[in-house]
Formats: sequence, C-alpha cells, structure tokens
Amino acid sequence: MTVWQIILLASILVLGIKLLGYLVPPRVLEAPTAARTAELTTVALLSALIVVQTIGAGQGIVIDARLPALAVAAGLFALRVPFILVIIAAAATAAGLRALGWG
Amino acid sequence: MSAEAERRAAWRASLAVGLAVSAYGVSFGALAVASGLDIWQACVLSLVMFSGGSQFALIGVLASGGAAAGPAAIAGATLLGLRNGLYAIRVSPIIGPGWAKRLLAGHLTIDESTAVATAQPTLASQRVGFWATGAIIYVGWNLMTLLGAVLGDLLSDVRQFGLDAAAGAAFLGLVWPRLRALQPIAVAVGSAVVAAVLLPALPQGLPVLVAALVAVVVGVPNLFARRDTGEGTA
Repeated sequence: MTVWQIILLASILVLGIKLLGYLVPPRVLEAPTAARTAELTTVALLSALIVVQTIGAGQGIVIDARLPALAVAAGLFALRVPFILVIIAAAATAAGLRALGWG
Repeated sequence: MSAEAERRAAWRASLAVGLAVSAYGVSFGALAVASGLDIWQACVLSLVMFSGGSQFALIGVLASGGAAAGPAAIAGATLLGLRNGLYAIRVSPIIGPGWAKRLLAGHLTIDESTAVATAQPTLASQRVGFWATGAIIYVGWNLMTLLGAVLGDLLSDVRQFGLDAAAGAAFLGLVWPRLRALQPIAVAVGSAVVAAVLLPALPQGLPVLVAALVAVVVGVPNLFARRDTGEGTA
C-alpha cells in the first residue's frame, strides 16, 4: 500500500462510521436505561478527557504544568468565575510556570 | 436561565473548547510531517478523517512502521473512530431531519461537539453547542494542521502559551455543572481513575473509550441513584 492509499482508506472508514450512526433510529436511546446511560456517558467522556488532556503524553503519563493549571481552574469554577476567565487563568498558570522553568 | 442566556452559554462553551482544541492542530500537523507525511497528506487527514485520536493513531503507527504497517495503522484509526458512531446516535435527535444537514453533522461528529452539545440544558442550546463547536474546530483544526505542517518542528509554542492546559480546564468546566448528584460524581471519579490507569497501557485514544464504559456499568443497573445533592458525596 502507498501512504496515500492508507490515508484515504482510513479516512473513508472513520468518516463512514460517523455517518452510519445517523442511520440508527434514535429510539434506541429513548428507553430510561438507555437515556440515563447516554447522559452518564457524557460525564464519563468529559472526565476521561480531562485526565488525558492533563496528564497524558502520547501513550504514557507526564506530570507537568498542566496539573496545577487544572487545580487553579477547579478552584475558580468552585468560586463561580465565568468560563472564559477560568480558561485564560488556566493557560496563564501553565505558561507562567513554564516561563519560571518548571513543567 | 432564559433561552437567550442558555444560547449564549452554549456559544461560550463552544468558543472555549473550540479554540483550545484547535490549537492542537499545530502539533498534529508538525508530528504528521515528522512521521514522514507531506503537507498535503497531513491536510487531507484533517479535512476528511477529522477525528484527532484516529489521526494521531494513524501517524503514530506510520512513524514507527512506515507504509508496510498500513493495515495496522488503518485498523487502529478505525477502532478509535468507533466511538464517533455512538456519538452520532446520541446527537442524531438534536440534529433533526434533512439528509444534507445530517451528512454535514456526521462529518462534525467528534468528542468535543458531542460533549458540548449534550452538556447544554435545552434542544435549542444543544444545537448551538453542536454546530458552533463542530464548525469552530473544523476550521481551526484544519488551519492549524496546515500551519503546523508548514512550520514543522516549531510545535513547542503550544505548550509555551499553556494552551495544552486550557483544553483540560475547558472539559472541567463542561462537566462541573453536571456533578450535582451522587451518580454522575461516581461516574466522573470512576472514569477518571480508569483513564489514568489505562493511559500508559493502551494506545492513544483507547483509554477514553474504555473509561466511557464506566457510564454503562453504573447506568444500566442504576447504581448510586440517590436523588439528594451534596451530602456524603465523594
């Protein structure tokens, strides 16, 4: 296989899976158990993504400036600081720590 | 919250998540070129495949195995893309009828557009969340991929400005308002632990997929279903 064939075949398969999902009747998720599980899937997905984004490094774990940045964000969310300001504060925390030579 | 305030909240969430995630396109473009792809191959992946986990998985295998590892690279990317099919079933009622609209929505169905959409309280704000997040990331991810591929190995800038930390904070902001009962808190803690444990063990993208199963384990038998809030919670 050439690199182009690999890229095109994989891209079409990944796109095809997305489109196939829209052919499945939404009723599948209408039962209380299915609806509850789907809602909880969002929570599970977001929590797992937080972990991957905060300590993930390819296939492995790295503790760096992202972790204190997340702690700052958690504190600000608890204080009901607006979303955008929290995001900026988190980025600034990580950037600041790295400017000081850590993480 | 009024309908207008809810739409504004959906826009804010879309912007925060969209801009933070788009920034990663720089590292994808740079890593794709470092893995032996040319600029156009990197851009076609972002334009057509448009699923970060699958894209990183594909170039990761190609970087170590070259074109001879093609079947493994394709299988890895496809496996990681399976979760998008579940997201499609989930957001399908939010998108509504019309094949052209659903075709476009299908292309934009990824972790972030699904997460932002389903985190909103009403159908109207869910639609705003899905389309705004999907469109912002599609444009941003592709522009940043091109930039990263052209700049090559100058990807350290993403970290220098703390943008990698911003993505985690954005996801935290989305999950925060949902943690008012014991059941979602238990799921959040459980999936975070599963993801952390699996990070070193499984290829990129899979820990998130397996951690999502915690929702099935808790949701199907309806564990931790106490209704009151804030008392004795983890």
